[in-house]
Amino acid sequence: MKRLVAMAAIAAMSLGLLGCGEKPQTSGTRKADSQPYTSVTGTHTALGWKAGDATSWESQMTSRTQNGQNEYTRTGPR
Amino acid sequence: MARMKFICDAERCIECNGCVTACKAEHEVPWGVNRRRVVTLNDGVAGEKSISVACMHCSDAPCMAVCPVDCFYRTEEGVVLHDKDTCIGCGYCSYACPFGAPQFPSNGAFGLRGKMDKCTFCAGGPEANGSAAENEKYGRNRLAEGKLPICAEMCSTKALLGGDGDVVADIFRNRVLTRGKGSEVWGWGTAYGKPSSGGGKPTVTRS
Repeated sequence: MKRLVAMAAIAAMSLGLLGCGEKPQTSGTRKADSQPYTSVTGTHTALGWKAGDATSWESQMTSRTQNGQNEYTRTGPR
Repeated sequence: MARMKFICDAERCIECNGCVTACKAEHEVPWGVNRRRVVTLNDGVAGEKSISVACMHCSDAPCMAVCPVDCFYRTEEGVVLHDKDTCIGCGYCSYACPFGAPQFPSNGAFGLRGKMDKCTFCAGGPEANGSAAENEKYGRNRLAEGKLPICAEMCSTKALLGGDGDVVADIFRNRVLTRGKGSEVWGWGTAYGKPSSGGGKPTVTRS
């Protein structure tokens, strides 16, 4: 009988511990994002634009689109 | 700058799934989650057409409208992103999205639904650009590296175009004019009918 009571107590305490480990379920406030051109993020950053300069980043995006995705800029229209 | 947009040229897509693979590899997307997928219309029938679909970063995004915890936001470049720390994984966005973009990783026992995951236009999330936290939650931030989305840059036939909406629209328009066709599957005519059938112009009804 004592053994049974001890086992039940251990089970109850384990369940109690599970409750302690539960993550809070309140939703937080959405964080603010920064602009993509604000800083150089690492060694994989493409060359050809200046960090912090929005105009430079925009022209980098445009030239990358034209040179990488528009084959007519390389071959010319038929 | 105009808004960042994707467009897929159905005349060029060969259903290679290179965009899907590139996306999964670049962002280490978990098993069962596909931020991008290729849909084939009339599969197996002569003249079948394929298009690559992901989040279209809508200008008036329904996911943003229905989110009960307001976890979505739109960047200055027109990219629709979300904060996974605020997301509660309810799935409302999944029902609202006409493209099936929101994905939910199976998280834990009994198929418990995790936080929503979707295409970020390779722009990461609200964490610091290029940080480990951003990479872990949203994948790589290629826009902050001065690059375009990997799916578009990796596309072998250049069917999938991604970038400044004005620029990609010019590229697509130039292609259609050069080859004389190609806007039939995906364009105004498909959505609203051809001029010959009385669907050439939008009709505005006022009540």
